[in-house]
Amino acid sequence: MFTQETIIQALGLTVVGAPLTLVVVLGVPTLLGRPLHERVIGRLVQSAIGIGLLAALVVLGLMLSTGARYLPVRVGNWVLIHDYHFSIKFVFDRLSVPFVILSFLLCGTIGAFGNKYMHRERGFNRFFMFYAVFVLGMIITSLAGTIETLFTGWELVGLSSALLVAFYQERPSPVRNGLHVWCVYRISDAALLIASVVLHHLKGGGDFYALVGTEQWPAGHAEVSSYYALVVGLLLLLAAAGKSALVPFSGWLPRAMEGPTPSSAVFYGALSVHLGAFLLLRISPILDLSPWLGAAVMSVGLLSALFSAYTGRVQTDIKSALSFASLSQVGIIVAEIGFTSLFIYFTKYDSIGYVFRYITLIHILGHGCLRTLQFVRAPTLLHDYRIMENAIGERLPRVSSGFWGRLVADNIQPWLYRLALERGYLDAWLYGYLVHPLLRVFRTCDTLERKWTDLLSGEIAAERKPPEIVPEPLEQLL
Amino acid sequence: MSELHFPWLEISILFPLLGAAWVSRLRDPDLARKWSLAFSGAAFLFAVGAWLDFEFIHGLEHQSEHRSLFTYWLEHEVLHDIFVIDSLGAPLFPLVALLYFLTTLTTLRTKVKRFSFALTLFSEAVLLATFSCQEQLAIIGLLAVGTLPPFLELRARGQSTRVYVLYMTLFIGLLILGWSFVEWEGRDKTIHTWWAIVPLLGAVLVRCGIAPFHVWMTDLFERATFGTALLFVTPIVGAYAAVRLVLPIAPDWVLQGMGLISLFTAVYAAGMCLVQRDSRRFFCYFFLSHSALVLVGLEAVTTISLTGALCVWLSVGLSLGGFGLTLRALESRCGRLSLVEYQGHYPHTPNLAMCYCLTGLASVGFPGTLGFVGAELLVDGIVTAYPLVGIAVVVAAALNGIAVVQTYFRLFTGTTYVSSVSLQIRMRERFGVLALAALILIGGLAPQFNVASRHQAALDIQSHRASISTTPTNHPSGAHDGEPLEHP
Repeated sequence: MFTQETIIQALGLTVVGAPLTLVVVLGVPTLLGRPLHERVIGRLVQSAIGIGLLAALVVLGLMLSTGARYLPVRVGNWVLIHDYHFSIKFVFDRLSVPFVILSFLLCGTIGAFGNKYMHRERGFNRFFMFYAVFVLGMIITSLAGTIETLFTGWELVGLSSALLVAFYQERPSPVRNGLHVWCVYRISDAALLIASVVLHHLKGGGDFYALVGTEQWPAGHAEVSSYYALVVGLLLLLAAAGKSALVPFSGWLPRAMEGPTPSSAVFYGALSVHLGAFLLLRISPILDLSPWLGAAVMSVGLLSALFSAYTGRVQTDIKSALSFASLSQVGIIVAEIGFTSLFIYFTKYDSIGYVFRYITLIHILGHGCLRTLQFVRAPTLLHDYRIMENAIGERLPRVSSGFWGRLVADNIQPWLYRLALERGYLDAWLYGYLVHPLLRVFRTCDTLERKWTDLLSGEIAAERKPPEIVPEPLEQLL
Repeated sequence: MSELHFPWLEISILFPLLGAAWVSRLRDPDLARKWSLAFSGAAFLFAVGAWLDFEFIHGLEHQSEHRSLFTYWLEHEVLHDIFVIDSLGAPLFPLVALLYFLTTLTTLRTKVKRFSFALTLFSEAVLLATFSCQEQLAIIGLLAVGTLPPFLELRARGQSTRVYVLYMTLFIGLLILGWSFVEWEGRDKTIHTWWAIVPLLGAVLVRCGIAPFHVWMTDLFERATFGTALLFVTPIVGAYAAVRLVLPIAPDWVLQGMGLISLFTAVYAAGMCLVQRDSRRFFCYFFLSHSALVLVGLEAVTTISLTGALCVWLSVGLSLGGFGLTLRALESRCGRLSLVEYQGHYPHTPNLAMCYCLTGLASVGFPGTLGFVGAELLVDGIVTAYPLVGIAVVVAAALNGIAVVQTYFRLFTGTTYVSSVSLQIRMRERFGVLALAALILIGGLAPQFNVASRHQAALDIQSHRASISTTPTNHPSGAHDGEPLEHP
């Protein structure tokens, strides 16, 4: 007989299973070197997203009709040995369900848009392969009931994002930017993994139920000391900062605009860029335990919002301008989360604080939809402006510098303009004070090792000798 | 179920040995490749048979009944238990055979004249014998013999052997010295002196390439053929030596001290990967980082860290084997690969690019791949043993992940490679790619069997160390102690 629990279980598995099946169905022919036809891919994407969305909506309907606020779907123990278990658990609650529905809606929209936009593109199959991995990662992250499951989805989103930034891989610039994005994501992943290990040791497992208390989101009380809350919270803030391009990692966001417009829209406008904020919302009861942590979250959010509002004003291309606009909203969202934690800590008015969390979630949903629209509209917007200017026979009037232009002295304006154009020199600082010194140390070690090896062997290494011409006929390659 | 009592183990060692003798007489390299493929393929099939025999039919308690060819032929009791498969060696045995088979299978004509199939078969026989051996003296002898094939190849290629000979002599000398003291003090003794422990530890560090004893490895990769160097290092035979020779006699605090050195090597090698200009040296450092992580896990000697280390050992062997073979396939087409400028090979070899990405990410424990759960266990176990310093494992993994994608971009993207001939993947390479992908993904999606068997092997190792270990067996991570963790 079909009990409610069985139905929920089936629906929950369908929500996750649909994008997983899409990955498998697209991936296997790709591995076999027989990619599917464009039309088939389009239909498969439509079907998978449609089925997943429908299942998610039915779950929402069931939750609303029964009044349930927390529906766990336990897949079971992926690994179980005497001393360790890795369980897979998905949670449908007031945070995950809206996010899942948003993910399916926007991914479905972008899938349809991309089907036309990427038509006859050489990398059509590759694009949708990465897209499928991204969708799977988003759904897993949104529904994750354990921190290990969340980490799984987090990594899938990161890899697909980096590879899509480098989509136009025949040119070096997208590839360089793709690598930059990947490097930031790896730092974020490392921080999340360390936080996961610490939490595992504190609580004996990674279940969010055990970490943030038995009450359903947005309520919750974490049972850890304020010291550990600060340590874990800062690690998670670092993870969120990397994923959501908060200061000082904001440099990757405009670089990510190298990718195709459909991926820019869904990743950096709508979904992926909000993952950091989503993570902070998920572990918000931990943030409530430490005022320093709440202050740190709020500061990072405000700084990011101010930085991007300032930097976005001088961008010379529409996608970069939109990316900074997106970042300023994400910064405000993160600041809201930090403010809510401080509010709860100092006033103890938990119920009002929970309302603020709902407001933050609504902010995320609304911003995601708006920004997706702007990103997909961007290519045609420039075309429309050109038509208008052709029609009137002159340039459209420019917006004056207004209030800020009158406030700031003339001799400072070029300096501020340059600072904004260079995006606050954040990347230069990161490269100059962190990356290059490290690489210099390792290059020195490499040189010393080569000298030592040459000394021991009594001759120069093969790669530094002049190349030896080996007369191999080309036919041997056949 | 009836027991076959078939000597899978011995035949899988005998086949490559006979094959080496047969192939060494052949003049035609193509014919040599075909025959060595047949012999190594047969060895692989028998190795799989031995593993299945152990896992599903015999089990540990039947080892004493395992009919040995040596007993049958020589009627000598001492030789009865020389080649015995146990929980540690059971999956490693077919893994080694698979690596040799795939390396032979994917050797293109451009490499056929330079790659010695006879020596490869000989080294396969020696390595398989090593991984099925539990008698310490025999292991030392086999480890010493196993260093010969690369030396002979270097000599045949007219390359300098000084670095290799220096370090391998050091390795063998330390092995003999250490074991001599063990024998002198008495094998049955549980606590041995520094005279026995330190040389054996040193030998393991040299063989595994732990800093600062690693330069022989980079030298080997530069001078030998890629296939030979790959096969010499990828099975991580040094870790096997550590388990059989060192772990039974070294106290916990000595091992954990060595673990810190291995941890340093893991991070150091991961950082060195980022600055390499040559693909072979990059691969060498990439491998070094991973093998150091395996050693760290073994040396932490908690149940979780041992389980993680044994899982990672398997996943690293498979994924790095595949990673190296992909690089080798690319090298066969384009010569030595530089990592300074972009190469742009993707349009010509998309399957190789996919395999490169998949095997590279599997080696760093990407979710959904064979290495994921093992990496989680390893990190968990190492952080338990070294609470603050253990975070370095995560740093090493992050740097390795960056290195994989960086080299992927360098080799396959960034420009368009122009070629006048087709560089498309060959059928046998496609078979190798698909086989590896299937193992990595299936093992990643259904890891329970693998983890459970490695956990059993970890418990066996700990039980052998019970008399000298201060670490309680079945030490759980988190708050639980000796009880299964409750389902959430």
